[in-house]
This record gives sequence, C-alpha cells and structure tokens, in this order.
Amino acid sequence: MAIVNDKRPVNLDLTTIKFPVPAIASIIHRITGVGLFVALPILLWMLDRSLASPETFADLKDLLATPLARFVVWGIVAMLIYHLVAGIKHLLMDIGIGETLEGGRRGAFLVLAVSAVLILLAGGWIW
Amino acid sequence: MVTSVTSLGRNGLYDWLIQRVTALILGVYFIFTMGWLMTHSGVDYLTWKAFMGSLCMQIANTLVFFSVSAHAWVGLWTVTTDYITTLQFGSKATFARLTAQLVIALLTLVYLLWGLVMIWGGA
Ligand code: HEM
Repeated sequence: MAIVNDKRPVNLDLTTIKFPVPAIASIIHRITGVGLFVALPILLWMLDRSLASPETFADLKDLLATPLARFVVWGIVAMLIYHLVAGIKHLLMDIGIGETLEGGRRGAFLVLAVSAVLILLAGGWIW
Repeated sequence: MVTSVTSLGRNGLYDWLIQRVTALILGVYFIFTMGWLMTHSGVDYLTWKAFMGSLCMQIANTLVFFSVSAHAWVGLWTVTTDYITTLQFGSKATFARLTAQLVIALLTLVYLLWGLVMIWGGA
C-alpha cells in the first residue's frame, strides 16, 4: 500500500496550484467550520453568563459594550454567516441545483457576495 | 490508508446523511435565534430567561447541542483524515491522527455536557 502511495504523483506546490472561485469558497467553508468549533466555548460561556443570574447578565452586557468584545462577537457571527450561507448552497447542490460547472462558479460567487453583504450588515447591527 | 473505524456512522454514506440532517437543524435554529435577537435588541434579563427557559427552547437547545456535536465530529473527522495522513506525517500519521481525534472527541463531549447541564440544570 505504502509503495503504491509513494509513486502517486502529488503536487502540493501552492504557487502552481490554481484556486478558482469555487475552491476559495470551499476552503473558507472548511476554515469557518473549524473556527466555529474553536469558538464554541465562547458562545457557551456567553449563554451561561446570560442565564445564570441578573448580575452575570448585566456583567456580560457591560463586557459586550467594549470594542474588543464586539469585535470578537462580530468575528464569530461572520464565521457563522459564511458557514451557514455556504452550507445552504451545499444542501441545494446536494438536491441537484446548480450542479453544472457554470452553476458551481456562479453559486460560489453568490455565496461570497451574499455572505459579504450579510457580514457587513451584522457588523452594523452589533455596533 | 485511512479506515472508517473512527467515523461516527462507520461509513461515508451515514456520515454524509448525519452531516446534512444536523446542518438542516442548525441552519433553522441559527436563523430563528438570530432573528429573535434582532427583533429583541436591548432585551432584559427576565424576558431572555423566560425565552430560553421555555420548554420549546429547552428542547430546541438540547437538539442543537446534540446536532452540533455530531456535525462537528463528522466534519472534523473529515478534516483530520484529509490532512493528517502518511503524506504529511509519514509513519507517525496514524498516531498523530488518532491523537488529534481523541482531543476533538473529548472537547466535543465537554461542550455537549456543559450545554446540557446549562439548559437543564436550572442554573
Ligand atoms: C456551530 C456550528 C457549526 C460547526 C462547529 C460546524 C463545523 C463544520 C465542520 C468542521 C465541517 C467540515 C468542513 C469540511 O469538511 O470541509 C462542516 C461541514 C458542513 N457544514 Fe457545518 N458547522 C456548524 C454549523 C453549520 C450550519 C448552521 C450549517 C447550515 C447549513 C452547516 C452546514 C454544513 C455542511 C452542509 C457541511 C458539509 C460540507 C461538505 O460536505 O464538504 N454547518 N461544518
């Protein structure tokens, strides 16, 4: 097995690999998926503080009024929005919508554009 | 060669389905809760607590915690089997991948228990 694997031609030279729009849309979906997993404790902690008591709720509210905390929340919401929009496109393609080469390109472009708009809107809402 | 002994559904078809079903649940949940938060900005403690403490939301949150756990496990299993292979890690690949998967599994379990205790513990 190892011998067969060793002889397979593999190109991992990032400078010669092309990254068309669908590839970029796909890798961001993966990065945001991993990022969300890492960010989950922050979300759980905020949920915990918001429910524990009126005092912890007020403390959390004060914390979320600081620029740094808002930026972090915005970052997490941005990852969620992108992963969600790209995930919905994934599910649509799974049921056969936009499965052509051209459809794939358009879908990926649409995901990037729609998420960018939603992320900006979310930023405006958080501030 | 990566075998499927560590995958959640034991084969790709089940894993694929688990990830779609949980994605659907998570998608509906996040659109709904973000919508609720947007229409209730400046919400006070009692309203928030009553919302999250309602039986509906307790059940939804429970469902979502289980869904996130399964979804993340299947997703991160795919990522670890893609990147932690003999190609990058040589003969240590299996050991490195299983170690990474063990850490991910423990984290997922901690998240899940934390979430469930928070929702049902009345704290
Ligand atoms: C906090 C919640 C979430 C976490 C931690 C998470 C994490 C992940 C991870 C790590 C992957 C694997 C990425 C890959 O293999 O490239 C993934 C895939 C996926 N996620 Fe999520 N996700 C979350 C929420 C969502 C939501 C809300 C949707 C809604 C539609 C969604 C839809 C998908 C889909 C369809 C895939 C499969 C992609 C594929 O097969 O390549 N996820 N997710």
